[in-house]
Amino acid sequence: MKSRNLIIGGLLTAIFLTEALISFVWTPFDVTQMNISSKLKTPNGTNWLGTDHFGRDIFSMIMVGARTSIAVALVAVSIGMFIGVPLGLAAAARQGSLLDEVIMRGNDLVFAFPSLVIAILITAVFGPGAVNAIIAIGIFNIPVFARLTRGAALPLWQREFIMAARVAGKGSSRISLEHILPNVTNLLIVQGTIQFSLGILAEAGLSYVGLGAQPPLPSWGRMLADAQTMVSFAPHLALIPGGAIILTVLGLNLMGDGLRDLLDPRIRVDRT
Amino acid sequence: MSLLSIQNLKLSIHGTPILKGVSLDVAQGEIVAITGESGSGKSLTAFSVMQLLPRGTGTTGSIQLDGTELLNASDAAMCDLRGNDIGMVFQEPMTALNPLMTIGDQVMETILLHTSATRDEARIKAEETLTRVGLSPEKFKLSRFPHELSGGQRQRVVIAMAIALRPRLLIADEPTTALDVTTQAQILDLLKDLVQDFGMGLLMITHDLAVVSDMADRIVVMRHGDVVETGETSTLFSNMQHDYTRALFAASSHEVDLPDNTRPDDALLVVKDAVRDYPKPRTQLFAPREYTRAVNGISFTLKKGERIGLVGESGCGKSTLTRAILGLEPLQGGSITAFGEEVAPDMPAALRAGLQVVFQDPYGSFNPRHKVARIVTEPFHLLPDPPKGKDRQNRISEALIAVGLRPSDADKYIHAFSGGQRQRIAIARALIIRPELIIFDEAVSALDVSIRAQILDLIAALTQSHDLSYLFISHDLSVVRTITDRVLVMKDGQIVEDGPTEHVFSHPKHPYTASLIAAAPTLPDVKGPINVPT
Repeated sequence: MKSRNLIIGGLLTAIFLTEALISFVWTPFDVTQMNISSKLKTPNGTNWLGTDHFGRDIFSMIMVGARTSIAVALVAVSIGMFIGVPLGLAAAARQGSLLDEVIMRGNDLVFAFPSLVIAILITAVFGPGAVNAIIAIGIFNIPVFARLTRGAALPLWQREFIMAARVAGKGSSRISLEHILPNVTNLLIVQGTIQFSLGILAEAGLSYVGLGAQPPLPSWGRMLADAQTMVSFAPHLALIPGGAIILTVLGLNLMGDGLRDLLDPRIRVDRT
Repeated sequence: MSLLSIQNLKLSIHGTPILKGVSLDVAQGEIVAITGESGSGKSLTAFSVMQLLPRGTGTTGSIQLDGTELLNASDAAMCDLRGNDIGMVFQEPMTALNPLMTIGDQVMETILLHTSATRDEARIKAEETLTRVGLSPEKFKLSRFPHELSGGQRQRVVIAMAIALRPRLLIADEPTTALDVTTQAQILDLLKDLVQDFGMGLLMITHDLAVVSDMADRIVVMRHGDVVETGETSTLFSNMQHDYTRALFAASSHEVDLPDNTRPDDALLVVKDAVRDYPKPRTQLFAPREYTRAVNGISFTLKKGERIGLVGESGCGKSTLTRAILGLEPLQGGSITAFGEEVAPDMPAALRAGLQVVFQDPYGSFNPRHKVARIVTEPFHLLPDPPKGKDRQNRISEALIAVGLRPSDADKYIHAFSGGQRQRIAIARALIIRPELIIFDEAVSALDVSIRAQILDLIAALTQSHDLSYLFISHDLSVVRTITDRVLVMKDGQIVEDGPTEHVFSHPKHPYTASLIAAAPTLPDVKGPINVPT
């Protein structure tokens, strides 16, 4: 049972992923269609998870909301990886140099700001919307990956197989790509799943304050915000998107945990 | 009645038998050495006594300390015994101490744990113990941290921790393997002294037969989890019963058949007044940087066909010099020229192709994610027109065959190979672009004696078939003696002696060379030929 976390996490993630994918071709109801006559229904046979204050089907909104959340988080994490990892590799390859200092102090600078506040600032300046939310969340993923990559790459640079590659005349960029990167990939995958879940949370947070995806595109965060005033008489409006966020983040974290156990032989303990 | 008595100890890990009925005794005041190559089970035997075994281990048999059965004793009972009745000295003094605790606290910890002494009493006792192991509190305050001490001094602290409560049995697991020869001699003397003084039993684990012969009263030779031979040191060496003991002994004093160097003519490598500085960490934010001079004005010439040894203790600058010769780091003064061209980090690929290297660690010198074919062809990167297709296949096969491997090994990952085989692959990687000069950086230091003998034979054979010249860097004097024609002795960044190997070893001129040779443990002379089973 050594990969129980991985199985549960993978299952939860897979559920929301399929949900998001299916929403492209089919949803039980049109999410933009209001039906005031059947508003605030509790879960029933027609509307599986009930309806909101405009009579929209909550199940359909959760499906489309998953799409928004996953898309935002995925692109944001990718931005972080594609910029952060090369920066980290470069800093490790030139450890102690001016380049290393510039990259790492730049990271410190980004880290020094509370990320959500700056994300709010960015969306406030450039206008709310999914794209700006992606950029804002993405920027704060860069130093996470840069630091992780540099930290993992530094001890590798001391290893003899890197010396052997240098004796073979390979330059530092080539060594970084051929020898360093494949040996830090495990770590990046694990960190990726964790950042992914944080991205979903951040998107929900931005949407909650109205700076994420704009109506009529549903989003988990805004569903929560809308439900706020109605919690006392229609608690399912808040519980359902809230539960969706919790389960997705939990699933991704469990998956990250399980992947780490699976990919890192050093902490692969025997649980017999 | 003996102090420690192990009877028919069998041990298995997850059902795989590791120890197959080990029996041995240690009497009071006796030094018993367990020796054998890696995988023989010598360390697990020692850890069984401490009951510090990995999870999933099953043991049967009997281990008795003064009549108390230790096997399957409760954890609480063992905690009482460990440190109190049984002390242990570990191999690696760099990691056996907690870097965040002062040496005084670490020695006191054992005392406070097992006795009702107050902190003040414990401190006095710790001072006494540290004085006994040669670290008097006047020179080495109890408030010092491990990083402020050298390797040998740290090992003394580890020993102080082990003997603070005067245990009846001391277990030492390769206590000097990580130390330099001169330090090793001092630590061995200290251990011998302590055994005599305290009358405790010492169970010592070591792979080094020369150390064993100097130290032990009795020897236990192990192989694949079995005791193959045991006896008094003097009689065992003069009358070896088992083939394996003989083979081990022969491999330890192995001498290769180095072909004569026929053409010592043109200079391949000229090192002239080389200086290499390292910046120290800044003590203050804007203070000017200070530098450590690791290599201080070294000059020597390596001629075509010459096999030069470079010996010195850790910290003498030999690795720094190696990196400079390989053109990995720039010099701060002087020059290094190979084949008439200047060596520098930005030197042309063609020059780099003439200089290749074999490193020490058979586990760390390969990218674990690459196959052998990709690993050995890495230096092809230096060729303007690297061989492709069939030609590449042939070159790989040729290199693998030259080092005694099969061409089919090219498609395997590195973890499928043993330490000795990996070192062969490292040599294949160095050979594949047919360099003129190879640098062996402690290339056999991590290997078992029998494997080491094979690799040394391989190097000797390759000098003939491949026309090799090499620089052989090692801390092991006996290896350098057999595999080189000329030897350079290095100390504190300088070369203190340079001459033909045999001459330097038999008539050392510099006192440092003499002390190195004197400190190196030697195997006893065995009368008559040793028959090595083939």
